Amino acid sequence: MRLYATVAAGGFRRHATYRVATAAGVFTNTVFGFILSYTYIALWDVRPTLGGYDMADALAYVWIGQALITVCGLMGGGFEEELIERIRTGDIAVDLYRPADLQAWWFAANLGRAAYQLLGRGIAPMLFGALVFDLTLPSSPWTWLAFLGSVTLGAIVSFAVWYLVAMSAFWLLDGQGVLQVAWLGGLFFSGMLLPLNVFPGALGELARVLPWASMLQVPADVYLGRYEGWGVLGAYAFQGCWAVVLLATGRAVQAAATRKVVVQGG
Amino acid sequence: MVAGMWIRSTLTYRSSFALTLLSSLLVTFFDFVVILLMFGQVSGLGGFSFAEVAFLYGTAGTSFGLADLVMGSLPRMGKRVRDGSLDTFLLRPAPVLAQVAADRFALRRLGRIAQGLLVLVWGLVLLDGVEWTPLKVLLVPVMLLSGALIFAALMVLGASTLFWLQDAAEVTSSFTYGGNTMLQYPPTIFAQDLVRGVVFVVPLAFVNWLPALYVLGRTPPAGVPGWTAFLSPVIAVVCCAVAGLAWRTGLRSYRSTGS
Repeated sequence: MRLYATVAAGGFRRHATYRVATAAGVFTNTVFGFILSYTYIALWDVRPTLGGYDMADALAYVWIGQALITVCGLMGGGFEEELIERIRTGDIAVDLYRPADLQAWWFAANLGRAAYQLLGRGIAPMLFGALVFDLTLPSSPWTWLAFLGSVTLGAIVSFAVWYLVAMSAFWLLDGQGVLQVAWLGGLFFSGMLLPLNVFPGALGELARVLPWASMLQVPADVYLGRYEGWGVLGAYAFQGCWAVVLLATGRAVQAAATRKVVVQGG
Repeated sequence: MVAGMWIRSTLTYRSSFALTLLSSLLVTFFDFVVILLMFGQVSGLGGFSFAEVAFLYGTAGTSFGLADLVMGSLPRMGKRVRDGSLDTFLLRPAPVLAQVAADRFALRRLGRIAQGLLVLVWGLVLLDGVEWTPLKVLLVPVMLLSGALIFAALMVLGASTLFWLQDAAEVTSSFTYGGNTMLQYPPTIFAQDLVRGVVFVVPLAFVNWLPALYVLGRTPPAGVPGWTAFLSPVIAVVCCAVAGLAWRTGLRSYRSTGS
């Protein structure tokens, strides 16, 4: 356990070194937040209760999305390219020799990264948005706490998805195709471009049960107080189930891949 | 030549290439689905009809796609400046910019252009009430090409800053990708200060807004006179000159890592 705590701290510190990159990221998230905000304003001007959100909810949703892009890895988990590269070059064999579990190691490192991104790239754009636009802000500290819990679960589901993507490199070596599909899932089905509750009919129902919903739609709804009281536990259960299922699948795939590596090495 | 090398390397695996091209088309298609979903809820956005928004989307998307095809590799350069591997390019007898642009040249970016053109054609088919004059017909390809040049110039300008700020590639994408997203929507929905910014500061409005509004027979935004619709090629040339200058300055200041 101590080992993984150190790894997580290392993940945090490593990303904290790239200050220019963080500043550049904050700038980009803010610019995109502005553009999206105006399109949402145009949309909610015509349909003031679209998806059950009012204008302030919709605008809060935009900025939550910008804050969570890197935290919940909506457009890339932030570690999968490195892991794929290690698999492609064979460096992964060294990692497998270490007296630590591969999945747990990357999990801890990624948790540290996500924590840094939340502080470094999450809070600043959110503040910007709240200064310029009229956003819904939770009044109760409990809502903030519940939101934080949901974001944590979202980051875990995100890790599980991107870890699976990276594992595919054991067979495909290249991984570009799978990366692109995962990217598409993150971009579209997380609800970053448009809230999932605005998606119509069957597409909406599908989008709301896919794992990507855990990364933005569910945390945002927790923030907006759409789960009352103990209802938050329902949201957590949804995210938790996906986390368990995907992490277990990742573990199974990893086991299969490790056997394959041994065969190759022999 | 370097681009040719990467093209050959991609085409070695034909089925894989076809798949990535298809998925790249699909990824950009889903981007447009958002606009379709919006128009499933409303009949007009900022006073613009679906056909008009599709026209804006198609023109911005095609221009951006063309620029991305040629210059899309530039953000990678930050890494090469950081680890000093840019030195290899300096030793070869070819322009450094061309080499950096051709580095990992990805033919799959054609998918983005295809998607932009598809939406553009769709928008043109649906557009009614536009009185086509020879001038307007001519303005469409001119707009696409100048737009591509403006986007490309911005990408080069952004890459030039990487000589000093190795990690700041994302700032460029907020202007290029962000600009592309912004130009897909009618200028009426944005704050007028923001619109003025993309006319006078970062001249993104010349990519498609100003010429497209002329084609659609609408008044230009932010109190800009109507003849600015024909300025796009001039603006494109100026942008390229500025970008070229920035690139030279950046390249001259490049000091390798020494390792």
